[in-house]
Amino acid sequence: MARHHVTATVNGEAVEFLCETQQTLLEVLRDELRLTGTKEGCGTGDCGACSVTVDGRLLCSCLMLGVEAQGKAIRTIEGMAGGEKLHPLQRKFLEHAALQCGVCTPGILIAARSLLESNPDPSEAEVRYWLAGNLCRCTGYQKIVEAVLDAAREMRGA
Amino acid sequence: MSASTKYEDKPLRIVGTRPLRPDGVDKVTGRARYAADYNLPGQLIGKVLRSPHAHARIRSIDVSAALALPGVKAVVTRDDFPDMPVEYAAAGELTINYRDVTRNMMAREKVLYDGHPVAAVAATSESAARAALKLIKVDYEVLPHVIDVREAMQPGAPLLHEEQYTAGVSPRPGQPSNIAKRIEFKLGDIEAGFRAADLVIEREFNTKPVHQGYIEPQACLASCTEDGQVELWTSTQGAFTYREQCARVLQMDVSRIRVTPTEIGGGFGGKNNIYSEPLAIALSRKTHRPVKMVMTREEVFRATGPTSGANIRIKMGCTRNGRITAAQAVLNFQSGAFPGSSVPMAAMCTFTRYDLENVHVVGHDVTVNRPKVAAYRAPGAPISVFGAESVIDEMAKKLGIDPIDFRLKNAATQGTQTYYGPKLGVIGYIETLERAKAHPHYSAPLAPGRGRGVSSGFWFNIGNETCSTLNIGEDGSVTLLMGTVDVAGGSRAAMAMMVAEELGIPMDKVKPVVADPSALGFNFVTAGSRGTFAGGMAAVVAARDAVEKLRRRAAKIREVPLEAVAWKDGRAQPAEGCGVQFAPMTLAEIAKVAGKTGGSIAGHAEINVQGAGPGFGVHIVDVDVDRETGLVKILRYTVLQDVGKAVHPAYVEGQLQGGAVQGIGWALNEEYVYGADGVLQNPGFLDYRVPVASDVPSIDTVIVEVPNPNHPYGVRGCGEVPIIPPMSAIANAIESATGVRLCDQPMSPPRVLQAIGKAAGAGN
Repeated sequence: MARHHVTATVNGEAVEFLCETQQTLLEVLRDELRLTGTKEGCGTGDCGACSVTVDGRLLCSCLMLGVEAQGKAIRTIEGMAGGEKLHPLQRKFLEHAALQCGVCTPGILIAARSLLESNPDPSEAEVRYWLAGNLCRCTGYQKIVEAVLDAAREMRGA
Repeated sequence: MSASTKYEDKPLRIVGTRPLRPDGVDKVTGRARYAADYNLPGQLIGKVLRSPHAHARIRSIDVSAALALPGVKAVVTRDDFPDMPVEYAAAGELTINYRDVTRNMMAREKVLYDGHPVAAVAATSESAARAALKLIKVDYEVLPHVIDVREAMQPGAPLLHEEQYTAGVSPRPGQPSNIAKRIEFKLGDIEAGFRAADLVIEREFNTKPVHQGYIEPQACLASCTEDGQVELWTSTQGAFTYREQCARVLQMDVSRIRVTPTEIGGGFGGKNNIYSEPLAIALSRKTHRPVKMVMTREEVFRATGPTSGANIRIKMGCTRNGRITAAQAVLNFQSGAFPGSSVPMAAMCTFTRYDLENVHVVGHDVTVNRPKVAAYRAPGAPISVFGAESVIDEMAKKLGIDPIDFRLKNAATQGTQTYYGPKLGVIGYIETLERAKAHPHYSAPLAPGRGRGVSSGFWFNIGNETCSTLNIGEDGSVTLLMGTVDVAGGSRAAMAMMVAEELGIPMDKVKPVVADPSALGFNFVTAGSRGTFAGGMAAVVAARDAVEKLRRRAAKIREVPLEAVAWKDGRAQPAEGCGVQFAPMTLAEIAKVAGKTGGSIAGHAEINVQGAGPGFGVHIVDVDVDRETGLVKILRYTVLQDVGKAVHPAYVEGQLQGGAVQGIGWALNEEYVYGADGVLQNPGFLDYRVPVASDVPSIDTVIVEVPNPNHPYGVRGCGEVPIIPPMSAIANAIESATGVRLCDQPMSPPRVLQAIGKAAGAGN
């Protein structure tokens, strides 16, 4: 089967890969680029575990084809911490015990960062509705919401 | 080693604080490796062909076209696995039968549910494997099927197992039946109890199967060498039990299978039993290449989990003062395609919160054409308690007694005789009820049209076989090998904390590692809320064993009698009043010279943990019911639970919150929907709707601590109780808001509307 040659940037680094037509961006990230931090929970866009941003837009990488990534800038969980420092959201998730099994955590962190980039001062309801596309079966969401609100506070310098 | 592992009330340095979890950074950075994240050079991709029928006899399977497809390296079917005799084994809360395990992982004579595996393929790519599945020809003789538990119990219902005669009935029935087993518990004289009652209420309840809904689908990677050595990476709650199960169905020695339990993306009881693991090993055995198998979400829904749906009848009587005189239940549980549902636990938990004289509980374990049920967080208890706590609420309301007062009048306490056997030890049910009654939520004003509900739950908690090794590193840092998988609740943190407390060193000097089964003696699966209780007990015993050896070593080095050496604040120092003086040695100082003074130091625990302490929880919920749409909105939710001792309170809160929200999903949204053809219609998160963040409010928690006398830190275990009360608490709140009692789960908008409409019609 002929494979497509694709070039893109992932977390600021230029990448190139070959993929089959039907391979999703999620499969490309995990199987071709070996960036396994992005998780597959459903493969149908219902759980948000595979959340990434593409040219700044939050989406489920299982719903986009790898070939569509041509020329695009993709950000994944692997690029979230800057240098030696965790992103404030990552740190607050640890401090607030906002994760248990952790398999939804990369997607939720990516989604939460998108929220705070567009709305630095969300209400609790805004956090809950923004994260409604990300399923977590362990935490009951309480500590996740607290961590996001606390990270927002810190990032605003409030 | 200290002989006693009884509870000691002593000042604590670390236990009870909230340090960061050791597995945290890996999980927030994407480093944590789950089973699907593992890859090996040359690996093949395995996929499973599943039955499209609910019930059919397999006449033949032709795999020749699939094998001829380029890239396809092997196919396995029923012919590649030996048949197994009836042989029972423990696997979490539920008992398994190897005859059924081998048939569930790969159909033999018949397929028994939509999604039942029929063949598995290994190919060089996912697309080749999928293409190969389409080329496998299975000749089915489709048979009539049965999905509903009540229909399955009727004479003449389609039979799943022609040789299944109801066990537990005397004399042995003359006809086979889908009722695999009848169980019964009796205490006192149930008829006398009803005669003594001023008020008797009887209600029927129906619940639908719900799935554990872990976000990580089952995944594994297996590699089998030419000389039959197997390595297996898998997502499991019990690496030892998976090893044992794989070894049995593949007829191998357990020592030939090295299992690495990967980071686990949720389990909740659903990862106690093997599914694809033996298929991956068998495919690797044929190809001698690694085989990776990852389930899709659709496969997870169709063929793993769920918990039972049930039909239950509860009849209770009480005096006008609110003292329960009789409690009776009939519990009909779907077990799925093979026997072995959670009905025994459901039966034992139905009324165990109350001090009762007259009890009669009958349970039926019923096979139907659905996936074989798996354990799900307090298996069975939420179902039977939905009924019992609904009836209790109705009795309290009819008598005008506050629902918490009603429960207090009947509450179990130390010495209460259970109807299933033991007397209860030190428990905290009354304390938890009293804390609930005093909680501001319970007395907060309620707007008109809104409702408040209360319910409670009990779970046994368990101990069981547990082993741990504590290695003192040459620099004095410590590695704790634990064989009881951290199923995400944070037991690695909790065990590191207990070890640091015992050794008198900082927590960050203790590295907890979930070990593979080749490193330790047998550990039972992480089930029954045993992780921090039993795993923690083993960690403490191993730490105390190490302390004993450290004392001996210090005595040898300092040339003083052993009795003169005390272990305090992380060092060996002169025991008080021993009259001997010597320069104290820190753990690091002993570790540094350990190699030259007798060898490395390690502590061990190889124990069967006894003395689990039952847990009790009380939930309070406020709801708003939209009379036009039937939508129930949770406005406020409070969980109160006796956990014995919260080693890491933040993670205990996480258990209470997570369990409650799973229970809310069970109560309001979740259900398996089957068509008339016996095919599951909603095998995905779009149509099987688990709660999302915007569905739920803050879940407030109150940790009650009545120490378990049989654990050094008083731990009971806490993970399962919080899923038990939500269904009944919410049903009671809906009744409080609308005057309508819902007896069918889920209490989804159509059902709520229908119930309100029916009640209004009856009122007219």
